[in-house]
Amino acid sequence: MTLPKELIQQDPPLHPNGPAAAAILAAGIGSISLAIITIAADQSAGLKTLLTFYKPTGPLSGVTTTALGVWVLTWLILDRLWHRRELPLRKINIASIALLFLSFLGTFPPIGDLF
Amino acid sequence: MEITTHSLWTLIHGMGFGALYLLAGSLALFTVYQRLQPAPLGLSSLENNRFLGAYLSLMTALAWLAVLSGTYIIYPWYRFPAPLGTANLQPYPRALLLAHPATSAWHSVGMEWKEHVAWLVPIAITATAFVVLRYGRELSRHPQLRTVLLVFVSSSLIAAGIAAFFGAMLDKNAPVDGGQTIHIAGGERQ
Repeated sequence: MTLPKELIQQDPPLHPNGPAAAAILAAGIGSISLAIITIAADQSAGLKTLLTFYKPTGPLSGVTTTALGVWVLTWLILDRLWHRRELPLRKINIASIALLFLSFLGTFPPIGDLF
Repeated sequence: MEITTHSLWTLIHGMGFGALYLLAGSLALFTVYQRLQPAPLGLSSLENNRFLGAYLSLMTALAWLAVLSGTYIIYPWYRFPAPLGTANLQPYPRALLLAHPATSAWHSVGMEWKEHVAWLVPIAITATAFVVLRYGRELSRHPQLRTVLLVFVSSSLIAAGIAAFFGAMLDKNAPVDGGQTIHIAGGERQ
């Protein structure tokens, strides 16, 4: 016996994975930009001064604010570009995880000081 | 029984936001793993996913409160420079640590790593919360998303753990203290 079509519960179609891919890749890019700006500010006295957005906190205020700016901007751009697209998530996931891992290393002072 | 305003803020930052995040994190890791199992094995009912979305949003709020209070309230007290020729460096934690070879690495490695790596926590958990809230029940049908979300939650926990460890050790070696004294309770006379 077969059930009428309207009684069979079907999964609704999936939304495109583009917005998720944008959020994931942007997080990876935001994280690595934090590490890169940290290393750059450590090497240059001029950049350190430039990144002192709030004097009591020092250059850390500019390093983190700039990295957050890169993260949010990247997210907005990628979301706009990918919001209706289906993307190869595997590659994006690997890239994001690698960037996140490199951010841990890049912010670790003995490694950051090598540059 | 008394506490200074600087110590109170350190407690709010470390024990209130930071430690609560770490406690919440282990349950989040388990919940993300369990709730987002591939259908039909998973328990991904609407209520379960709403709970997970709300839970991750709360963790996101805790992460942001921890880094913002740390960077803009406590860190300025920590790094405040000691006036030239100051003999008692106790009120200047950064200068106190750097004055002794045995403690200087707590600043040059510990604080330098903590102040930056902690910012990976809100980035990773905000992205996770966004994906969970946006996709809801559909996540159980996106196995690749589930994997990356688990990595993101784990990474945020590792970064929070590093920040918490160094925060505790820094406070042990050179506590942030000062400000107004708040009287909590009176003791009995001996």
